Amino acid sequence: MDTNRFIARHVVTLPKSGIRDFFEIVAKMKDVISLGIGEPDFVTPWHIREAAIYALEKGKTHYTSNLGLIELRRAICKYVGQHYGMEYQPEGEVLVTVGVSEALDIALRALVNPGDKVMFHQPCYVSYHPSVTLTHGLGVPVPTQAADNFALTAAALSAAWQPGCKLLMLNLPCNPTGGTCSRGQLGQIARFCIEKDLLVLSDEIYSELTFEGGHVSIASLPGMQERTIFLHGFSKAFAMTGWRIGYACGPAPLIEAMMKVHQYSMMCASIISQEGALEALVRGEDGVKRMREQYQRRRDFVVRRFNEIGLTCHLPRGSFYAFPSVAVSGLNEKDFALGLLQAEKVAVVPGTAFGANGAGFVRACFAASYEQLVEACTRIERYVRGKKPPKK
Amino acid sequence: MNPVLKLLLEGGSLSTAQMAQVLNLTEAKVNRHLEQLKKERILLGWRPVLNLSKEGASAVRAVIEVRITPERGGGFNRFAERISRFDEVESCYLMSGGYDLLVFATGSSLQKVAAFVSEKLSTIEGVLSTSTHFLLRSYKEQGFLMDVPTEENGRLTVTP
Repeated sequence: MDTNRFIARHVVTLPKSGIRDFFEIVAKMKDVISLGIGEPDFVTPWHIREAAIYALEKGKTHYTSNLGLIELRRAICKYVGQHYGMEYQPEGEVLVTVGVSEALDIALRALVNPGDKVMFHQPCYVSYHPSVTLTHGLGVPVPTQAADNFALTAAALSAAWQPGCKLLMLNLPCNPTGGTCSRGQLGQIARFCIEKDLLVLSDEIYSELTFEGGHVSIASLPGMQERTIFLHGFSKAFAMTGWRIGYACGPAPLIEAMMKVHQYSMMCASIISQEGALEALVRGEDGVKRMREQYQRRRDFVVRRFNEIGLTCHLPRGSFYAFPSVAVSGLNEKDFALGLLQAEKVAVVPGTAFGANGAGFVRACFAASYEQLVEACTRIERYVRGKKPPKK
Repeated sequence: MNPVLKLLLEGGSLSTAQMAQVLNLTEAKVNRHLEQLKKERILLGWRPVLNLSKEGASAVRAVIEVRITPERGGGFNRFAERISRFDEVESCYLMSGGYDLLVFATGSSLQKVAAFVSEKLSTIEGVLSTSTHFLLRSYKEQGFLMDVPTEENGRLTVTP
């Protein structure tokens, strides 16, 4: 029987993540140094794991409030106030979710009518466009450029805007580019959003991993808290990817709408993860600082080496990704990544996995040990030397 | 903080050549930094961290609480330095509380450590008493867990 005919049309046409194809190839190979990973190489700090174990021992195995544990929501409000400068009420303006991925999904489901247009900067995280498509919205990508260090500019936003745009999704610092916006750039984006009456979904999962200049949340700018849903989580800063825990903060009516979708689909985030998250917020600060300093040193090394090799790379101000151009090799990003994997057993992700205008770039994650990074760069150098077209 | 020192603390066992690459220094410069650290007595030396319960590295270790009479002029230091010089003594600390010095001593057998305590340590003039505790088992040594297998971090090779 052809079971395909049962699948919804908009899912049939949904492309598979380019990362998945690449993963299939890498998974079959041995001794690969992978810079293709999108998560910290640190294991969750022990005090957080221990808090979760204790919670289990204490029999914390039940549902929580749909919004999440009130203690955790209070801690989130305090943390967000201290670090980002926005004030939210734990009772109605915070929703604890199963990672930022769920927060983003339910935000879109709660906000998008079929045909509504959703803007997002590109290259971007793999799920953005598909999540919009799944809610029968129309994605409107806004390109970011290497020349701007992959910051989103108001000019690009303005050029891509079309009637019917309702939402703007931001991910600053950005996976995969490591680009982010200065306060000035954000101010211009904010003015544009107010002018065009756009609501902002701001995914700031990498904000603690901002190396220079400090992180500014668009929600903290004048007039923006009322039109921003601030999305954050624990995966990157606290090395808690597998815990699947995040949160959304925003105007009460919007959080209430998201909560309706959340309560009928997820009910609540895992209580164990919520307990771990609470510990992370209360006592995790030092660990975050330590990890950020290490990422920064690794970034400095990797980006310097890439540029020496000829893989032109801007200095990413945040995240743990470098996003170099592979133009020097004369190859496109897919052939470059595949060739590098086969010849030197180093995995990087082709930029087009993150949208069409990632063409010509690859994403290399520097959340790996120094030994691996040093060796990977040596191999990449050998590979690029072999590919360089001879000078005429 | 000295960049080389920072890397030593977080970088595991990088060779000087690898350190030079990471820090964008010449290998000679890294060596100079190391020399400087040694000269300033910040970096005291290198030692492997061993699991003493394994055959091949096995040793008997004792923790000894020592009470001493401080001397006029020298305080505890002269005694502490004198005690520290014995090969058997791995570490020696001045403590607050019920005793004065805490001494970590090792030897190839229980008898050897016992002999050190009874013949050397307790006979030093000024030592009022010693209280020796033998270590039975080690769970963590200088930041390394003993019998717990290294945590597989189990990261997938490519993820979004």
